Amino acid sequence: MKILYFAWMRQRIGLSTETVELPADVATVDELIDWLVGRGDGYAAAFEKRDVIRAAVNQDYVPFGHAVTDTDEIAFFPPVTGG
Amino acid sequence: MIRVQEEDFDIGAEIAALTSGKTMIGGVATFTGLVRDMAPVEGVDQPISAMTLEHYPGMTEKKLAEIEAEANRRWPLDASLIIHRYGRLEPGDQIVLVACASAHRQAAFDACQFLMDWLKTDAPFWKLEDTDDGGVWVETRASDEAAAARWTGKPENT
Repeated sequence: MKILYFAWMRQRIGLSTETVELPADVATVDELIDWLVGRGDGYAAAFEKRDVIRAAVNQDYVPFGHAVTDTDEIAFFPPVTGG
Repeated sequence: MIRVQEEDFDIGAEIAALTSGKTMIGGVATFTGLVRDMAPVEGVDQPISAMTLEHYPGMTEKKLAEIEAEANRRWPLDASLIIHRYGRLEPGDQIVLVACASAHRQAAFDACQFLMDWLKTDAPFWKLEDTDDGGVWVETRASDEAAAARWTGKPENT
């Protein structure tokens, strides 16, 4: 699975993208976040305000209950500020 | 038509190209966003020297195309254009151009405002402002959320 991070989430994690093998017990975005947070302080800091951040699966916004699979492209980012 | 690009754009040339040969058009409403030299940081205006726009290549184009299609479903537009820049910009630089052309002004005005409101809250861009205290990420404004929410039945974003 490819995971992308943007803006201050990217800065806190120290990566813009990474490829990970999805653990067998991770089936949703929420569970993926739980797993990522356990990988280090940078991840914990990036996902600290879980109610603020947004997730996209295959380039569409999704709620955190959305399913994830090993072939998905997942992105995490802060609220967007275009325009 | 949508474009996500690092380069600047020429509003006059863009409008001329957009309306060329389409004599059914009665009016073009445009909005151009510029980089301001001041920005609120924790509620207090601070001078900014530059702004860097980051985006999500792929998803940005996808979302802009979707919202442009939505505007065309809602209003009888004869032509529409969204140009959004990314990269490093300085105060006075152009960031975004939205242009909507229609036979009559109301559709053009409304569609233009709809597109701008939506861009503010749903297009995957992030702005890092260079202030005297270093880089500060721009936060979403409640007023922008409210502006987007008034377009009832706005496209899916969850």
